[in-house]
Amino acid sequence: MAPKLPPQHSLQHSSSAVAGGQSQEGQSHYPHAAQPKGLMRWLLTTNHKEIGSLYLIFSLTMFFVGGIFALVVRAELFQPGLQLVEPEFFNQMTTMHGLIMVFAAVMPAFTGLANWMIPLQIGAPDMALPRLNNFSFWLLPVAFTLLLSTLFMPGGGPNFGWTFYAPLSTTYAPASTTFFILALHMAGISSILGAINIIATILNMRAPGMRMMDMPLFVWTWLITAFLLIAVMPVLAGVITMMLMDINFGTSFFDAAGGGDPVLFQHLFWFFGHPEVYIMILPAFGIVSAIIPTFARKPLFGYASMVYATGAIALLSFLVWAHHMFIVGLPLTAELFFMYSTMLIAVPTGVKVFNWVTTLFRGSISFEPPMLFALAFVVLFTIGGFSGLMLAIAPADFQYHDTYFVVAHFHYVLVPGAIFAIMAGVYYWLPKWTGHYPNERLAQCHFWCSIIGVNLTFFPMHFAGLAGMPRRIPDYALQFADFNLLSSIGAFFFGASQLLFVLVVVLCVRGGQKAPAKAWEGAVDLEWSVPSPAPLHTFETPPVFHRAQSHD
Amino acid sequence: MRLPWQWLLTITSVASLSQAHASSWNMPVGVTDTSRNIFGLHMTIFWVCVVIGVIVFGVMFYSLFRYRHSKGAKAARFHEHTSVEVLWTAIPILILVGMAVPATATLKNMYDASEADLDIMITGQQWRWRYEYLGEDIAYTSNLSTTREQIRGESERDEHYLLDVDEPLVLPINRKVRFLMTSDDVIHSWWVPELAVKQDTIPGFINENWVQINEPGIYRGQCAELCGVNHGFMPIVVHAMEEAEFETWLEERKEAAEQEAMGVDREWAIEELMARGEEVYQSICSSCHQGEGQGAPPAFPALAGNEQLINELDWHLDRVINGVSGAAMPAFRNTLNPVEIAAVVTYTRNAWGNETGDTVQPATVAERIAQ
Repeated sequence: MAPKLPPQHSLQHSSSAVAGGQSQEGQSHYPHAAQPKGLMRWLLTTNHKEIGSLYLIFSLTMFFVGGIFALVVRAELFQPGLQLVEPEFFNQMTTMHGLIMVFAAVMPAFTGLANWMIPLQIGAPDMALPRLNNFSFWLLPVAFTLLLSTLFMPGGGPNFGWTFYAPLSTTYAPASTTFFILALHMAGISSILGAINIIATILNMRAPGMRMMDMPLFVWTWLITAFLLIAVMPVLAGVITMMLMDINFGTSFFDAAGGGDPVLFQHLFWFFGHPEVYIMILPAFGIVSAIIPTFARKPLFGYASMVYATGAIALLSFLVWAHHMFIVGLPLTAELFFMYSTMLIAVPTGVKVFNWVTTLFRGSISFEPPMLFALAFVVLFTIGGFSGLMLAIAPADFQYHDTYFVVAHFHYVLVPGAIFAIMAGVYYWLPKWTGHYPNERLAQCHFWCSIIGVNLTFFPMHFAGLAGMPRRIPDYALQFADFNLLSSIGAFFFGASQLLFVLVVVLCVRGGQKAPAKAWEGAVDLEWSVPSPAPLHTFETPPVFHRAQSHD
Repeated sequence: MRLPWQWLLTITSVASLSQAHASSWNMPVGVTDTSRNIFGLHMTIFWVCVVIGVIVFGVMFYSLFRYRHSKGAKAARFHEHTSVEVLWTAIPILILVGMAVPATATLKNMYDASEADLDIMITGQQWRWRYEYLGEDIAYTSNLSTTREQIRGESERDEHYLLDVDEPLVLPINRKVRFLMTSDDVIHSWWVPELAVKQDTIPGFINENWVQINEPGIYRGQCAELCGVNHGFMPIVVHAMEEAEFETWLEERKEAAEQEAMGVDREWAIEELMARGEEVYQSICSSCHQGEGQGAPPAFPALAGNEQLINELDWHLDRVINGVSGAAMPAFRNTLNPVEIAAVVTYTRNAWGNETGDTVQPATVAERIAQ
């Protein structure tokens, strides 16, 4: 189905279809003569690139907000004893750090990249549902302003961990919890709408001739992610609505005294929560699968198996949720089922890692900043995968569970996993967005500082956890002091080095070495056929997709 | 806090004596057969990961070094190879099956709590543990004994900072002990690494676990599930004794419990009640209502100068005995004995300027509970 373009358009340009699909006149002719200026332009925009930028700026802002919360936590844990904050505030900080990073930093960053790049990668003029796109973005600032405002309410903000287990989050929760629920509802609606838009765009608006199996992997992984979002966000909405009822309307879904079951909460939460973990990593796989072939100057090894592996991971993600609950007292058969299914995830994930490594093998490799981050992703994500495999062994999980070993594990897959992939993507596509290359030296400096910082912060956590340090404690026994000292130093170093990232992005927007349409020698996908910077409107006439650009 | 050179020393000494220091960097081997099995699984899967990592990263870094664009490497064009892809799908499956077999056996064994010699009910409460020796008429709570001054850095932190309690759980070695675990409020998790027991305690539900300790000793752990503001301050200490020593301890505890039970019927003087009440208050109540009864509003109301408390003895007793539904205040009906409740109520009615002069007798409390 072709999108409805303003009629004068298709008339004017039907004859000028070129591979790049870019109308020569640029944007001046576009019929929206009276485009609003200033704030209204951004409030009302329906352009996928502008909305993509809004998502990315929002995400970066929230990355720093969540980061500051993390630094409060790390500062308190710098040495044993209570020095800076009270346990009550400490719990609010750990909770808010998790919520903000998951829902306001990582997820919107991927949606921002999807907004920018999916239309460009499939040769579509915009997202399928532009006004919905605007709405799904503007829900986010409202949702998270509300969430952050709970910190200033009497009794404080959410203090029950980002997993908000009942009854700590219901009967024993602060009064602001109802606002937390409303904020999460809004963020959830935003995600669902964004996912619907992405699916509609990918399924309906690919350039003529582009089959599903021709799509770049970023598009594939996002398509699968969007289905995951639609499947599990309603489950989250359901579980927080049940909390809302328990808190305000006297129901007892999660209260054993009224016939409910606190463990039901965990089943529902993790039925959302585990796919959610993959929602935060599958698009990262897509980005890395674009960058590694580009800088190895060699086609991605095993394109088809990458697609199938992604699908397999997505399907398995619905069958493993209770591995987060190995110690709640599940029956033996359930433990065994979830242990086996979780171990099975290592197979498709392994396939992906092997494919990336084989893509590098006999390539012609250069180390521009996007590649550095992508390579770090492969190594450090794999380390996170290894600790994940260890956690899958249910008997061993009785020791690992709820310790810093788990904290180390999921930070390895989320920070040098998801976040490094996002940064790799930003460095990769910045020339397309701004028309300038990012400053190479500063970007490299950012990379090396981040690598050192991230490992210094999170590697010692493995040891702290194995030695017996539980999660989410504001003070700890003396034998954990050395590990925590290292982690805290690393965290402040890592946090500070992210200011370099802001500097690189700002400098790149303002100027720098000019980038041609095809900014990277080995790049192949459709986005590199439009000029750099990409004009506001691209592919107004669908490009003809050449099979040579295909992946098989 | 350590100085940088001390740090270097730590790192080098640990590196050179990694065997001796293993327990502070790695999972403890522990003192039960289960904990040894788990440690074995942990090390096996760890080495499997190390080997895979060395191979994968080895190929990767070799490629990065060998096929550099800057050294004029020309890229090959191959992009699939069916047999290789089948192989690297099949091999991991075989490795996983190899791991799953011993893991399944260990797990089956961990789930077999039958034929236990001793049953102990473990109840999590914000923020302490209650241990009840079923069939023995012994029950007590175990509270953090690290002082506030140590936490605030006003006095030297001792060796077992945050890992010490007033009354440890006492267990016999070489006997299978079954734990029945539940909670009075939120979900807690009872964890002692050296016993390899970690189990959530869930309000309204009873979980089962078991332990058979091989060596006498003192084993320390902590609550592992976020359970509110003092989650970091509810440690677990297990004192494992030779069987004969344990029997002696059991008899002494029973006698003490009988003594206490007889105390219910006699008249207590206010001084006695105040002294006992202060002990109970400091170990049970002060974590929420604070050391001087000043509370931490709005969650934890002040008791010092609390008008309703001062004026309404009946209301006060009811709150302590039955708790406040929907709020953090638990019912102490089953947790404290009548003497303790009478003492702590008397204490709070006469401490910190609450000069009511009231005394509450254990007999009165026992009557209230019986109603």
